[in-house]
Amino acid sequence: MSILTTQNLSIGYSKKGKTDIIQSDLQLSLRAGELVCLIGPNGSGKSTLLRTLAGLQKPLAGKTKIDGDETAKLSQHEKALLIALVLTERVDIENATVYNIVSLGRHPHSSWWGNMSEEEDAFIHEVIAMVHLEHKAHSFLSELSDGERQRAMIAKALAQDTPIILLDEPTAHLDLPNRVEIMLLLHKLAHKTQKAILLSTHELDLALQAADRIWLISAEHGVECGVPEDLVFNGSFNRAFESRAYYFNAANGNFSMNYPMTKSVWVSGDKTRMYWTLRALARGGYMVEQNADIHILVTEDGWQMDNKNISTIEELLSKLNDYA
Amino acid sequence: MKSRSLILFIALSLLAIGLFLADLAWGSIHISLSEIISVFFGKGAEGINSEILLNFRLPKAITAVLAGASLSVAGLMMQTLFRNPLADPYILGVSSGASLGVALVMMAAAFLPVAFVSSGWALIAAAIIGASIVLVLVVGVSFKVNNAVSLLIVGIMFGTIASSFVSVLQNFSNPDAIKLFVMWTFGSLSAVTWNYMTVLLPVVLVGLGLAFYLQKKLDGLLLGENYARGLGISITKTRFLIVLATGLLAGGITAFTGPIAFVGVAIPHIARGVFRTSLHRILLPACVLLGASLLLVCDIISQMPTYTLPINTISALFGAPIIIWIILKRR
Repeated sequence: MSILTTQNLSIGYSKKGKTDIIQSDLQLSLRAGELVCLIGPNGSGKSTLLRTLAGLQKPLAGKTKIDGDETAKLSQHEKALLIALVLTERVDIENATVYNIVSLGRHPHSSWWGNMSEEEDAFIHEVIAMVHLEHKAHSFLSELSDGERQRAMIAKALAQDTPIILLDEPTAHLDLPNRVEIMLLLHKLAHKTQKAILLSTHELDLALQAADRIWLISAEHGVECGVPEDLVFNGSFNRAFESRAYYFNAANGNFSMNYPMTKSVWVSGDKTRMYWTLRALARGGYMVEQNADIHILVTEDGWQMDNKNISTIEELLSKLNDYA
Repeated sequence: MKSRSLILFIALSLLAIGLFLADLAWGSIHISLSEIISVFFGKGAEGINSEILLNFRLPKAITAVLAGASLSVAGLMMQTLFRNPLADPYILGVSSGASLGVALVMMAAAFLPVAFVSSGWALIAAAIIGASIVLVLVVGVSFKVNNAVSLLIVGIMFGTIASSFVSVLQNFSNPDAIKLFVMWTFGSLSAVTWNYMTVLLPVVLVGLGLAFYLQKKLDGLLLGENYARGLGISITKTRFLIVLATGLLAGGITAFTGPIAFVGVAIPHIARGVFRTSLHRILLPACVLLGASLLLVCDIISQMPTYTLPINTISALFGAPIIIWIILKRR
């Protein structure tokens, strides 16, 4: 079920009669219970699209609709009941605890005094537990790690109890374990709570694994939507990230660098070790060719070249250099 | 946590009441507590002490309470709005505007009828008009610019322009007028008579009421403007109300007492340090009590020596070490 849709949406900035259109004619739809990752090169309009969908910025043309109602016609308060945000702005509030921050998410629901009933209190604790911060509920924000801080902001968005959550690069500035954890958490939340969750990210491999759907945005090709694997098969990734320096490697879902390859070798043997061997060879400028003059055999615990055993990649590369 | 705040509030209230009584009792002439009670309850409401108490010390103590509360609450709102710990109630140019108004009246005295200049109302009216003009300009700009930092800079610029005009006026004035003006900038709590109180009190109460009305929105603003929008807070409207409340509080007080620096920037930090919270529903009353207490202490000190010192000097001398201590303690 689509909860957020756009019709002929154009996004960008307009200042003093000058309009700078970043993307135009977008027909997007965000469904409940799905985690969608917005991926694209810098400057392709990821943040602008998120801000426009959130209603923080006006569309240049077309409309965005939530549950059939045009977003532009909703009041600030009505929007707050439908969309919760996690932004890139760093929140530093002196003396604020995780509990305080999360209860700010209740703002659109609470009375003037903002005082919490027991049910509200229980709900806030439940939300804090969802992001696994129970033990830090009464810690000050300044005492949290970056990952915990991000989880607190996600809890704030959850506390807002909206059908849609938009997150602008929630995994930026985090280390790998925290990036994975945040992605998994959001994936789980989308499925468990039936919320529509849209996030922008630069983490291609994580997005490919965690996203139910990907919105691939690029200046040349607009926004292409689909299940991650479909976008891999139809070559959308390669088109979106077209560059001379690297290419999207459909074999492993990563970007591989385009090294200038001038020399050729022939490699055969064990499969896992082969992958890493090929990487090292590519970096060294070796193209792999069938029946090339130099033959490298990948064995279970090393390599063989000219019937000589080699035990490290370093050794292998230096031997190859000697040939050249 | 909640009970800790409650105990602190009770303690601070008792402290403020105690200081209020001390401010009434101590001074160049000592008035005993029993005498104060008997004056208030109608017995022996005659004689010089009762005159001093009712027409001098009582309005002065009430002014101290109002000034301390107003400037602290205004300071808290400015620090939240601009998310800047150095913001104070005068940051939008309120005091410069008031100064310009007062300077115009005092130094242009040569061209005005003597009766008009010598009346206190003329100065107060001038200060209010000066502060209001700057504030109206800043509010006008607040609808145009969409971020708080630009608004801050615009406020400071308006303040600078007003200060420059004051300097120009000083350049063309006679030494007597300049001395009079400099005395005004020292600040004084004793200028507020019962007559003036009938104007000052409602202005301050409306300002404080507005601040308390905004408490939940102020909490939301701490997250930054975009997050606050996301929570359903109308930024333009809220910013307008905050500037208006600040203008009433800081502008009103400045008009009657002259500029009192420091209280507005210091007290919110002390309140946060003491209560260890970011919630405005706690910080606002905390600022009221702490601000009132600090200015009462300053007033007690200022009336101790034979030569009464300007309140502006004492508040800074006394308050600055407190701030340094709090920052060192908190690290």
